Amino acid sequence: MNRYLQYIKPYKLYFILGPLLMLTEVAGEIVLPKLMAGMINNGILGGGGTGFIIRQACIMFGCIIIQVSGGISGHYFSVKAAVNFSADIRRAVFDKVQEFSFKNIDKFSTGSLVTRLTNDITQVMNITRMALIMAVRSPGMLIGGVIMAFSIDAGLASIMFIMIPLLGLAIFLLMRTALPRFDSMQKSLDNLNSKTQENITNVRVIKSFVRGSFETERFDEASGELRDRTLNAMKIVVMTMPVMTLAMNITTIVVLWRGGNLVMGRELEIGSLSAIVQYTTQVLSSLMMVSMMIINSSRAVASIRRISEVLETKSDLTDEDAKYKDRLITEGRVEFRNVSFKYYEKRKDKVLGDISFTAEPGKVLGIVGITGSGKSSLVQLIPRLYDPTEGEVLIDGINVKDYSLYNLREGVGMVLQKNVLFSGSIMDNLRWGGEDAPEEEIYAAARAAQADGFVRGFTDGYDMELGRGGVNVSGGQKQRLCIARALLKKPKILILDDSTSAVDTATEAQIRHAFATTLKDTTKIIIAQRVSSVLDADKIIVLNDGRIAAEGTHDELIKSSEEYREIYYSQMDREREVS
Amino acid sequence: MPPQITPPGRNRGGPAARFGTEKVKPKDMKKAIGRLLGYIGKDKPKVALAVICVLISTGTNLAGTYMQRPIINCLGGAISAGDTMRYVMLMLLAMAGVYLTGVIAMMIQQRVMIRVSQNTLKRIRDDLFGKLQGLSVRYYDTNSAGDMMSRFTNDVDNIGLMFDSTILQIFSGMLTLVGTLALMLRTNLPLTVVTLIIAPLVARVAAAIAKNTRKYFGRQQAALGAVNGYIEETISGQKVVKVFNHEAKAKEEFAKLNEDLRDVQVRANFLGGIMGPCMNALSQANYTITAFVGAMLTFFTKLGKIGASSFAALDIGGLSVFVTYSRQFSRPINEISNQMNVIMSALAGAERVFAVMDMEPEAAHDTNLVNPERIRGDVVFNNVTFGYNPDKTILKNISMYAHPGQKIALVGSTGAGKTTIINLLTRFYDINSGEITIDGVDIRDINRETLRENIAMVLQDTHLFTGTVMENIRYGRLDATDAEVRAAAVTSCAHMFIKNMPDGYDTVLTGDGSNLSQGQRQLLNIARAALSKAPILILDEATSSVDTRTEQHINRGMDALMENRTTFVIAHRLSTIRNSDAIMVLEHGEIIERGTHEELLEMRGRYYELYTGIKELE
Repeated sequence: MNRYLQYIKPYKLYFILGPLLMLTEVAGEIVLPKLMAGMINNGILGGGGTGFIIRQACIMFGCIIIQVSGGISGHYFSVKAAVNFSADIRRAVFDKVQEFSFKNIDKFSTGSLVTRLTNDITQVMNITRMALIMAVRSPGMLIGGVIMAFSIDAGLASIMFIMIPLLGLAIFLLMRTALPRFDSMQKSLDNLNSKTQENITNVRVIKSFVRGSFETERFDEASGELRDRTLNAMKIVVMTMPVMTLAMNITTIVVLWRGGNLVMGRELEIGSLSAIVQYTTQVLSSLMMVSMMIINSSRAVASIRRISEVLETKSDLTDEDAKYKDRLITEGRVEFRNVSFKYYEKRKDKVLGDISFTAEPGKVLGIVGITGSGKSSLVQLIPRLYDPTEGEVLIDGINVKDYSLYNLREGVGMVLQKNVLFSGSIMDNLRWGGEDAPEEEIYAAARAAQADGFVRGFTDGYDMELGRGGVNVSGGQKQRLCIARALLKKPKILILDDSTSAVDTATEAQIRHAFATTLKDTTKIIIAQRVSSVLDADKIIVLNDGRIAAEGTHDELIKSSEEYREIYYSQMDREREVS
Repeated sequence: MPPQITPPGRNRGGPAARFGTEKVKPKDMKKAIGRLLGYIGKDKPKVALAVICVLISTGTNLAGTYMQRPIINCLGGAISAGDTMRYVMLMLLAMAGVYLTGVIAMMIQQRVMIRVSQNTLKRIRDDLFGKLQGLSVRYYDTNSAGDMMSRFTNDVDNIGLMFDSTILQIFSGMLTLVGTLALMLRTNLPLTVVTLIIAPLVARVAAAIAKNTRKYFGRQQAALGAVNGYIEETISGQKVVKVFNHEAKAKEEFAKLNEDLRDVQVRANFLGGIMGPCMNALSQANYTITAFVGAMLTFFTKLGKIGASSFAALDIGGLSVFVTYSRQFSRPINEISNQMNVIMSALAGAERVFAVMDMEPEAAHDTNLVNPERIRGDVVFNNVTFGYNPDKTILKNISMYAHPGQKIALVGSTGAGKTTIINLLTRFYDINSGEITIDGVDIRDINRETLRENIAMVLQDTHLFTGTVMENIRYGRLDATDAEVRAAAVTSCAHMFIKNMPDGYDTVLTGDGSNLSQGQRQLLNIARAALSKAPILILDEATSSVDTRTEQHINRGMDALMENRTTFVIAHRLSTIRNSDAIMVLEHGEIIERGTHEELLEMRGRYYELYTGIKELE
């Protein structure tokens, strides 16, 4: 909880003023029945007469004005406090996620991070607002009501001390039974929703296997389960109203009975009796509100816990201990020394084991291997998307951990296998690679990536708006735009992780040709499914099960490596006919 | 009345949903109500019971309060102590009885209505789902999944909310209103007039605030949408953000959107929040005015300036009861106006749900259906022309055939019409002109389900269901044994990685199998098709994400799989279709080249260009 103090601090005044002003509202509301009692006791029954009644009415109006201005300004400050508080948290969480390592992101999963940033924070905002308003108001009404009732007649008011614990206990028992049932209801609701979602996205499969009635049956089952669980939970919740009403009614009757006796004995005035009846009602309904608040806050606690998880996560990959923070990558020589890697500490089998190799500036290093052999994992260690478990990765003879992350990644251009474009124009997207790059440079990068041609073919050219995730360009076009974006960085090291799979061989050859001229001094590391993509590389590494199975040029490997030959011949027919 | 507790799952929308971004209005209320009532179905007697209970609980509530009057009068008047106490005692006992009856009635009513509403909701949900299953693929293609989902969640929820409490609350609110008015009139005329003047004023103020609030909540929703959209896009692309050192920029852009949201959020929530205190103050003012006028009247009655039989006469008990009534009076007005919003959005939701239910299902079984015993898989396309929209033709005069057991490959750019051909063969869509026959029978004359049972498909977009690996593969043939499932997995090369999963075939896949790589998911899909015994097999980019070596392994299994099956293959990687019996090259909805691999290469046409990599498939 302490961590949230820093988000409260800037708005301290709002956090204090909000509930404080709500107190004025409570005070106004609390004294009214007593003033009314005075009106009856002194005005009508006593000797006060019209003069007293008018004076009392004026006081009552005064109270109402205080009450309404207190209420409105109390709300104003509470809302300001809650909104500012939550907006700052939202920003803090977003900023935190920006600092996350890939590993952190994998752990949370994208979807869950998005929920935390959206739903959970909205939840916190609503609860904070409610809490600031109700926190003082409901207990205030409760305590105020008790005090007022006691000030009128302590004996009669003590009935409340019996009723409050009884009602409190009843509400507590009801809620304790209902809450777990709500959890199981929520689970079957989630289950039903995901079933529906699946059915909508999988419609073609369902139809082609003619599983419509099978699915309907399964849905009916889940739907029935949801109904039963909802009933199970709701039937407890709906008891609260009758129980509450019953408690109020019993109290009213008891107060009237005992009060009646007192009135008869001239120990209590009739107006006071009516005031006490009103106060007891007020007190019991405030009790209800307080218990509701407690229930709601349990939901907020869950949200806050989920937010805290994000805020508390320490990025496991920082450059705090970097020795050469100002150092830039100058040449781009990449060296792996006995590198081992696994994604999760606890996993037994390594993703990469004992990898050592060097990639020289200006040269092309090709990496091939079957799905799951560790190709992507290997290159992700270079810009420190992950850190190796053992061994070290060096660039220009310096451990990558000793560069500042900014300088390191500035020097490495990487096209990820699962690449994304963002909503915005093509130009905006390319500028990710170089914010201030002159247009001519952007066109040049696009030309090198063989993207300029088709971009100019679009009606709006470089200004064409891409949909979210770049949905309105084809797979091959998207890959070429991603390459152009990486080229614009003018990296010392360029990594392509299976980034031309949807590009045809001829275009791909042109891209590679462009690399040779525009990125003469850059270290190029290319992961490819197609052997043709790495055929003329200066060195090819064959990965198998996380280990280097073979290393050499194509000509050497075709002679020496069984794995390489197998991959090569699986694609060879086609290569032969091409040549 | 203390507020109802909202079940956690219910208030997805938060306060914004309460005010709604736009005013949702049902188009034809009567019709929607009528249909909804129909769904209550056999629970109608329960509803009747609930209505009776509402009558009782509202009545007892009103009566209970009114019974305070003689008691207070009695105490104030003080005839003789003994008699009074006996009278008061009797009255209190009667009151207790009345209240108890009311509480019991209320309890019954609530429990009965919960059951009715849940039963009704289940019927609506099941009906909606069943109807959805019957809809054509065209419907799914033209409507967003999010929209369909929101009909299942938000709209059905809104209907539920209405059934749970709203209907009876409005009913009881109206009863209370009328009953209170009657009792007020009975108690004192001038005071009733005072209340009647103030109450509409209260309603007017409430409406004015609500209108403003809606406006600002609309803006808040827009700003929230912008922020959430940005979050979703950035977090989804977080890895790219990091690779490009784009974190600072993202923070900056986000901060700007966040500030915008902060501003409108303060305004919207403030306006939404002051409704409470304003209404409260107005009702207090009402209370004060009533008390003031009432006190004056009582005072004058007591002094005898107002005759005891005069219409303006008021006793102390009457004053005390009246004050309670005047508080009660404005409450149902507020409640009903609040509940009207719930009803409106429920009815609008109901209309959206009914709109789906009223969609034409896939053309019902035509007449003269042929139900072939066994389909051999002799497929013929005869001058088939088709367009998804009447004004845009996708396929023009396509003619082709596939004999049982043959392998036909379709090659062409995205949008050339390859997948469309598949859509037509499975009757996801129906052709505009020409005919498609299987074993000589027009497919429109074959029962749609029979037709599809005879076609196994593997699609590019892999679709898995939440459940175990075993269940997912078994989807291809529900009565397959475990051994058969394993055999199918071996055929498709999926066995290897399944074996290595934590629980093997019993590993539970979640969220469309996101814990698997794309290639692995494709293998599972192939296994599913392998399990099916359908004589026609369709592979639409079935191995696009599988590496070439694994693909080669599958191909061996696939050969066995395709044996004796008519197979249609769509593939980007041309190496996978070399051994087809015939290859069709499609461009702009026409077959521009056809023949075997060798023949096509010899032609030195489009296929040759593609195969040698001169041209790229877009």
